[in-house]
Amino acid sequence: MYVVRRLGVFLFSVVVASGLVFSVMSILPGDPAQVMLGTQATPESVAALRTELGLDRPIPIQYLDWLSGVVRGDLGTSIFSGQDIAAQIASRLQVTMPLAVMAMTMTILLAFPAGVYAASRHRHLGDTVVTTLSQVGLAIPAFWAGLILVTVFAVGRGWFPANGFPGWNSAGEGLRALFLPALSLAIVQGAIITRYVRAAVLDTMREDYIRTARAKGLSRSAALWRHGLRNAAIPVLTILGLQFAALLAGTVVIETVFVLPGLGSMLLQAITRRDLLLVQGGAFVIVAFILTINLLVDLTYRFVDPRVARR
Amino acid sequence: MTLLTVDGLTITTASGQALVDDVSFAIERGGRTGLIGESGSGKTLTALAIMGLLPEGLEVSGSITLDGEELVGRSDRALTVHRGNSMSMIFQEPMTAMNAVMRVGRQVSEPLRIHRDMSDSDADAEAVALLEAVGIDRPEQRAGAYPHELSGGQRQRAMIAMALACGPALVIADEPTTALDVTVQAQVLSVLRSRLAATDAALLLITHDLPVVAGITHDLLVIEGGKIADRGGTRELFDTPVHPVTRRLVEAVPPMSRSGEVPTKAHTPSVEDVIISARQLTRTYTLRRRRLREPGPVIRAVDGVSLDIHRGETFGIVGESGSGKTTLARILIGLNRPDRGSITVDGVDLTATKDLRPLRHIAQMVFQDPMGSLDPRMRIGDIVAEPLRSLKIGGDHETRVRELLEAVSLPSDTADRYPHEFSGGQRQRIAIARALAPDPKILVADEPVSALDMSVQTVTLDLLARLKEDFDLTMIFISHDLSVVHRICDRVLVMESGRAVETGPADDVFRTPDHEHTRQLVASIPRLDGTVSA
Amino acid sequence: MRWKRVNLVVGAAIVALVIVTALVSFVWTPYDPQQISSTERLLGVGENGHVLGTDQFGRDVLSQIMVGSQTALFVGVLAVGIAVVIGIPLGGLAAARRGWTEEGVMRLSDVIYAFPPVLLAILLVAAVSPGVGPAMVAIGIAYVPIVARVTRGAALSVFELDYVAAARTYGRRKTYIFVRHVLPNIASVLIVQVTVLFALAILAEAALSFLGIGAQPPRPSWGRSLRDAQTFIQLSPRLAVWPGLAIAFTVLGFNLLGDGLRDALDPRLEVRRT
Repeated sequence: MYVVRRLGVFLFSVVVASGLVFSVMSILPGDPAQVMLGTQATPESVAALRTELGLDRPIPIQYLDWLSGVVRGDLGTSIFSGQDIAAQIASRLQVTMPLAVMAMTMTILLAFPAGVYAASRHRHLGDTVVTTLSQVGLAIPAFWAGLILVTVFAVGRGWFPANGFPGWNSAGEGLRALFLPALSLAIVQGAIITRYVRAAVLDTMREDYIRTARAKGLSRSAALWRHGLRNAAIPVLTILGLQFAALLAGTVVIETVFVLPGLGSMLLQAITRRDLLLVQGGAFVIVAFILTINLLVDLTYRFVDPRVARR
Repeated sequence: MTLLTVDGLTITTASGQALVDDVSFAIERGGRTGLIGESGSGKTLTALAIMGLLPEGLEVSGSITLDGEELVGRSDRALTVHRGNSMSMIFQEPMTAMNAVMRVGRQVSEPLRIHRDMSDSDADAEAVALLEAVGIDRPEQRAGAYPHELSGGQRQRAMIAMALACGPALVIADEPTTALDVTVQAQVLSVLRSRLAATDAALLLITHDLPVVAGITHDLLVIEGGKIADRGGTRELFDTPVHPVTRRLVEAVPPMSRSGEVPTKAHTPSVEDVIISARQLTRTYTLRRRRLREPGPVIRAVDGVSLDIHRGETFGIVGESGSGKTTLARILIGLNRPDRGSITVDGVDLTATKDLRPLRHIAQMVFQDPMGSLDPRMRIGDIVAEPLRSLKIGGDHETRVRELLEAVSLPSDTADRYPHEFSGGQRQRIAIARALAPDPKILVADEPVSALDMSVQTVTLDLLARLKEDFDLTMIFISHDLSVVHRICDRVLVMESGRAVETGPADDVFRTPDHEHTRQLVASIPRLDGTVSA
Repeated sequence: MRWKRVNLVVGAAIVALVIVTALVSFVWTPYDPQQISSTERLLGVGENGHVLGTDQFGRDVLSQIMVGSQTALFVGVLAVGIAVVIGIPLGGLAAARRGWTEEGVMRLSDVIYAFPPVLLAILLVAAVSPGVGPAMVAIGIAYVPIVARVTRGAALSVFELDYVAAARTYGRRKTYIFVRHVLPNIASVLIVQVTVLFALAILAEAALSFLGIGAQPPRPSWGRSLRDAQTFIQLSPRLAVWPGLAIAFTVLGFNLLGDGLRDALDPRLEVRRT
């Protein structure tokens, strides 16, 4: 029941999101055809393009047309390159998705041990060090961290490529190219998640059931491991899901720093080329991904928290 | 032979304030000792100090020995050998004291896996036996359940099973039944009693509720302000209290909780002038559906209740948690609307009108939680004057507020202060003053004294009774506590699962209950003379 | 205990410094931040009286950073303003009405939450034209769900309290109760959240300007300066340091202030960061 309901909410959200994407592009002042052709275009050529793009039809019809295409996996063709948009996005995802997954993995590897360690050293030096470092990490723009990392490790030492992406023909080369961008994102995300892990563990340690566990003869750290961590995982999971949106947004920016051919750089190119349909398709795919992650996180709760299954 | 000695135990905060001050006592092997006192008296801290589980930042001095072994000053790791093994503890709120994401059986058998090196499969089997011993039906199934799938009583039984798993020499129970309904409390207490007898463990029972210790303990310690004020045999202290603190505590126990006999009270013949008349009130809540095709389960919070409340009487609505008494009260005062049925309050037909403003002048309410019932950001004067402003009642508000505060016996400078500066009992008085501000004819009091200490309860109940006369009120008094209802109410309505099962003069209902549920409720009340029939 | 005060004091000091810098930069900077000089290109720190050196056009870096704080604060104030003005009533409505209203508001806010500021800005800029205006609106709208959620969460627990029920028994309407009884009691949560959002908005503005879809020349912006610096990063990596430090310093200030306020106002508040 919970799953069915949650899936319903998901589908509803995706449709609303598609409507939002579409309406920002269509309802806002400004004629897309005019925008695409620039100010020098003749009224005739603008009118011709409008007809070609179907912009002369009523907006709801245009939306339904686009939406039915989306359902079939057809996002239209790019006005600039004439390529199929869905195919273009798919090839860009081959960079963006591994980058996001890599960044998330690094974030978790960084944040979980650091957060648990800080909580276990609460009010001691170790906690202060971790807290201070995460405070600093929180203040750094990821793209700036990227610039610095490039300067030091790519330009300076030559350990990593400074920009570009060699493709997945060699998995090692591909991962090497994504390492610094992923690290830039993980520094910032890691700082945020560390704070949450620390707070969640500290909150958990104050709970009554931890006292019960200790009353049974478990030491403080044994009580944390056996009883605390699974409980602390519940709020952390929520934040991980929510932060995924920020992480994907971060890839858009970081791709520019490292000149990676991902979804983000595609969108920015599309803006300069006034390729509106491509922007629309790309943005929708990103939003749909974020909503999917939220769905997965919510469904995962059932395995972490037995109370959810009955809600 | 002495099992536990506490000698000169003192617990101080970092700023040097002594929360527990020079407490000394001893418990014999297999002994049963009660530690009673009001909230903040230091009784829980004493228990936690014995277990070595005090919150960080508190200093402990003095000596605690268990079986001759000194515990004060030992490292946390050294104490783990004893905790859950030779001494164990039962906590107040079994829902939060249990790990929500771990199966009950695993939690119950955990002490065995820690101290007896038992294998998981042996421990699981033992958990089922332990749950069975505390009277949980279908123990195999319950062992595999999560805490939220058990009832409050089952959870507390499981906690008892957990505490007794390793056969400890000392069990500390901190308000083990305070969070439970009275019928469940009686069952849990009897389980605790019989299990202790079976294992021959010593008991330190901590509570603010005197009758709870009466049927279990032989010795009694009375603690106040962190110091042991009085000590002696339980029977002797309750029968002939000498020390002023003990006397105050004993006298605060309502008559009905004193002995197995329900005392008679002067019966005020009621005037047959009906002020509230309700017929067939029903209010349902639909829970979320579990399966797609089935409709969600419907909870009838109030199910076909009819009642007549007479002008000038105190009408009690009594029932256990979830019986629907609060929902009924909220319907009577127009906070909730009934799905079906009709209700007339002093001539206002609530089901016919949408505009409840006239009702607001007639009926006001006092709530349970003295912390939550006052807006912490407002001065008391503004809080009490709010109904006057809201209902656009003219006149000099300042004078009226002063009169009201005086009526509830609060000092004159109260109006300029904020809620946090007052104790629970004082806040409840402020809430009463606010409710009286529009000069209502009806006062609905929903568990108004449940969150207060026993002695404060008495004073507040007396105040309510006095105000009822002075302000010429009809009072509706809602409580789970039969003794309190008996003490203050003229007539009562007993509720069970949304239905009114019995109604009549308080004396008749409690002395000669007609309905089985009422009989059970009355029988479950722990009495100061130790007689519990359940 | 002492550490918490440190957060508050240091954070407030940094924020005050940034605000003062922005105000001073309106009337005075060491050099004209837009002054191009072909002879003074890419000067090092302290050369020719340029405290932080000059950029590829010979413009004074310190002056540019000082003026850049105007954009950061301006965008921050307006974006957070948008988020607060829309988010608080929405969250309040959800908490007060419950049922379908709440469900609708929260589901909608979940959908908007799936549009990070950068993505919203890309959409807006594609439809109109790049600039601080669209960037600000994008950031503001993206943060509406955060404010709405925090407001709802905090308000829900207050709406459960008996003083709200009491207010209804003496005839107050829910709108009045929200404004008069609930808002003052959740103000501390909101103040802390707003402070943190401010830090986030400054980061977002920098990112957008870095991508070229935020502040446009000649409007000075730290993110924009970093965009320019990227081109010359091999020649003069130092140019990428100062604006980045300015951003980090300002964001650190607001975050410390937020933490300090949280500890001072209520130690158990939770703040959402995204």
